[in-house]
Amino acid sequence: MPEVNESKTNGSKTSNGSKAANGSKSVGGPVTFLEAIKQAMFEEMERDPAVVVIGEDVGVYGGAFKTSDGLLERFGWERVIDTPISESAIIGAACGMSYLGLRPICEMQFIDFIACCFNQLTNFVAKGHYLWNAPAPIVVRGPSGGGVHGGPFHSANPEMYFVHTPGLKVIYPSTPYDAKGLLKAAVRDNNPVLFFEHKFLYRRIKEELPTEDYTVPIGKAAVRREGRHLTILSYAAMMHTSLEAAEALAKEGIEAEVIDLRTLLPLDEETILKSVKKTNKVLVVHEDTKTGGIAGEIAAILCEKAFGDLDGPLMRVASLDTPVPYAPTLEDYFLPNAKKVFAAAKELAKY
Amino acid sequence: MKKDLTRQQYLDLYYYMLLNRAVEDTMVKLFRQNKIVGGLYSSLGQEAISVGSAYALEKKDWLAPMIRNIGALLVKGVPPRDVFMQHMAKYDSPTKGKDGTSHFGDLDNLHIVSPISMLGDLIPVMAGVAIAGRYLGQKIVAMTWIGDGGSSTGVFHEGLNFAATQKAPFVLILENNLWAYSTPVRRQVPLANLADRAKAYGIASYIVDGNDVVAMYKTAKVAVDRARAGEGPILIEAKSFRRMGHAQHDPAEYVPKEMRAYWEARDPILLYEKFLASEKILDAKEKKGIEDKIDALLQKERDFAENSPMPPAEFAAEGVYCTGDDCHKIQPKWERDKREVMPPKSSVTAVWTVEGFGAGKGSSGGMAPIHFGETPAAEEKAEIEEKLAPKSPQKTIVKKKSAKAAAVAAGSRKVRR
Repeated sequence: MPEVNESKTNGSKTSNGSKAANGSKSVGGPVTFLEAIKQAMFEEMERDPAVVVIGEDVGVYGGAFKTSDGLLERFGWERVIDTPISESAIIGAACGMSYLGLRPICEMQFIDFIACCFNQLTNFVAKGHYLWNAPAPIVVRGPSGGGVHGGPFHSANPEMYFVHTPGLKVIYPSTPYDAKGLLKAAVRDNNPVLFFEHKFLYRRIKEELPTEDYTVPIGKAAVRREGRHLTILSYAAMMHTSLEAAEALAKEGIEAEVIDLRTLLPLDEETILKSVKKTNKVLVVHEDTKTGGIAGEIAAILCEKAFGDLDGPLMRVASLDTPVPYAPTLEDYFLPNAKKVFAAAKELAKY
Repeated sequence: MKKDLTRQQYLDLYYYMLLNRAVEDTMVKLFRQNKIVGGLYSSLGQEAISVGSAYALEKKDWLAPMIRNIGALLVKGVPPRDVFMQHMAKYDSPTKGKDGTSHFGDLDNLHIVSPISMLGDLIPVMAGVAIAGRYLGQKIVAMTWIGDGGSSTGVFHEGLNFAATQKAPFVLILENNLWAYSTPVRRQVPLANLADRAKAYGIASYIVDGNDVVAMYKTAKVAVDRARAGEGPILIEAKSFRRMGHAQHDPAEYVPKEMRAYWEARDPILLYEKFLASEKILDAKEKKGIEDKIDALLQKERDFAENSPMPPAEFAAEGVYCTGDDCHKIQPKWERDKREVMPPKSSVTAVWTVEGFGAGKGSSGGMAPIHFGETPAAEEKAEIEEKLAPKSPQKTIVKKKSAKAAAVAAGSRKVRR
C-alpha cells in the first residue's frame, strides 16, 4: 500500500473540525454526539493496534453517518474493513478476530440490521465465555432510534432483545461526553458490548469534551437532575425529553429527579434504589416499545427490593406496541414526548 | 493410492483413524451404560475426512470442528479423556460440564474454536481467525468443516463470500455424507458436486474421495499450502456417507439397506489397511502393537473420565462475563512490526480505484449529507432543537442549516434498502 505523507493526510479539515485525523486529542470547542463517537474510535485505534473497524461502507465512504470518516485514510485497509452486506459475516469475523486478541468495532449501518446477525450475537458471541472460557472483546455499534422519519426499518430500538442475553453488555448513552467515554470503555472491555447511538442526537447536541483520555464506567447510571418528589428513569434521546418535562414540572412545584441509566446491562440497581428511597415514586421513560421494555424489568426489581419504599405505582411512558410508522403524524403519536412524560409525572405526583 | 508420504506419516494417519474409531466405540459403550448425558453423534465411516484434513495443518494453525470431527480434535492434540468427559458432562472436561460433545475449544495452546449447534456459523468466525492471523503476521491457516446440510444455511454463503473478498487463508471442508438428518442431499442441494458452489465465490475447489485418507490428506495439504501462500479460501468437497443415524437415537431406517451395504464395503479403515499391507508399510504384528497401544490408552483415559466428578451445582451461576485482566489477559501475538499498522505507515489515500476508469473521490467529510435525520423543515427543526436543548451551560445547539440546503440534501437522500 502506498505510504502517504502524514501531514498531507491530516491536512484537510472540515468546517466543524470534525476530521478527527488531526490528532488523538480533542481539538477544543463543543463537539456533536457523532463527532464524539468518531473521536473515541480514532483515539482507541491510535492507542492500540489491536483495535480495528469492520462494517458496511465504513472505509472510503466513512460510514453512512460519517462516524468513521477519516479512519481509513489514517489507519489503512487492514484496520478499516469495508465488508459485503453480510451482518452475520461481520459479527462472525469480528468474533474470530477477537479470539486472536484483536478488538474489533463492528458497525451496523442502522442498528435495525442487527436482527440479521441475531444468531451470531446471542448464540456464538454471548455464550463463549460461559461455555468454553473464550472471551470475545468486540463492540457492535450503530445508529438507533426514531424521531427522524426513518420508517419501520431504520428507527428501531432493539436493545431489549440483547438485555435478555446473558454474556452481552448493553450501553445506550445520551450525551457526547458519555458516548465517547463509554465507547472507549467498551473497546477496552473483555466482553462483547452492544453500543446503541441514538441518531436523533447525532447532530442535535454539542458538548465540550476533555482534551485528555477518559472513560466512563460501564454499568453506572448518572443523576442528571436532583429532585425529591419523584424519580424519572430514562436513557438516550428520552433522557432529554425527561429533562424537558422535569423543567415544566418544576414550574408547578414538582421536583423530579432524572436518572440517565446509560448502561442497560448490567443495570445500575444501586443508583435506582437510592433514588427511590428518597422520592418513593418512579416513572420510567423509554423510546422502546412498552411490552418487554426495560421499565417492566425495573418494576420487577423495585417490587423485589424496594416494595416498602414505593408510595405509588411504577408508571411507564413508552412507545406504542407497534412497528415504528413512517408518516410524521403517525410517528409523533407513536413516540413518547415531553407532554406525555409531564402528564404521567403529574398523575404519579398525586400519590 | 500412490506411495509418496513418509512411513511415519502413513502410520500416523492409520493411528489417528483407529484412535478416532476406538474413541467413538468407547463412547457407544458409555452411552449404553447411561454414562453419556446427552446425545451421541457418530463419524463412523467418515474418519478419513477428519483425520486426513486436520493432519495437513501445522501446530500454529487453527481449526474448528463440527460434531463429527472428533478425529480432527485428536490429531490436533486433544486427549481422548477430554472427549469422554465432554460427553459425560464432567467437571474436569474442557467446558467443566457447561457444554457437551465436540463443543469445546482452546484459544491459547491448541488453537481450537468451539462450534455451536447452529450450522454454518463457524465459517465467518474462522474467516475472522484467518484474517486476524494474517494481520498479526502469523502466517496461519484456519480450517473448518461443514456438512452437505449445513451448506444450505445463509451464513455459509455470507461467511464464504466474505472470506473470498478478503482472500482469507481459510480452508473449508464440505463433508458430503449424503444425509442431513433424514433428508437426502438431493433435497438439500440440487447439484451433483457441492464443490461447484466454490464457483459462486470465485475460489478454488477440489473434490476428493472422503474414504481415502491419503487422498484426503494430500488434497488438504495442497489446499492449506495454497491458502497459506495467499491464494485465498479453498473449498474441498469430501464425498462419503453417514453410516449411523443422525445420533444414537436415530436408527436411520430412511436410508436404503443397499446404500449402507455399498458404503460399508468401502470402509475407510479397511481400505487403508489393504493399502498399508500391499505396500508393506504395516504387518500384522505392528498392527496388533498399535491396537494394543490404543486399548491401553483408552482404558486409562476412560478411567480418568469416569472418576471425574460432576460440576458442583452452584457452578452454573459462574463465568458469564470475563471479569478483566485477572480473568483473561488478552494480548495478540504480534509477528510483524506493529508500526506497519500504525500511522504514518498505515495511512493511505482513501479512494476506490476502478480498473480502466481511474480513481473516485475520497469522503466528503464529517458533515456530508446523511440518509435522513436532518430533513424536517427549518421551522419545525428549530422547534425540535428548542425542545431538545440541554439545559446545562456547557452545551450548545448545533446551528441549523438553511431551509434551501436542507431541501437539496433531502432530495438527494435515499434509503439504501
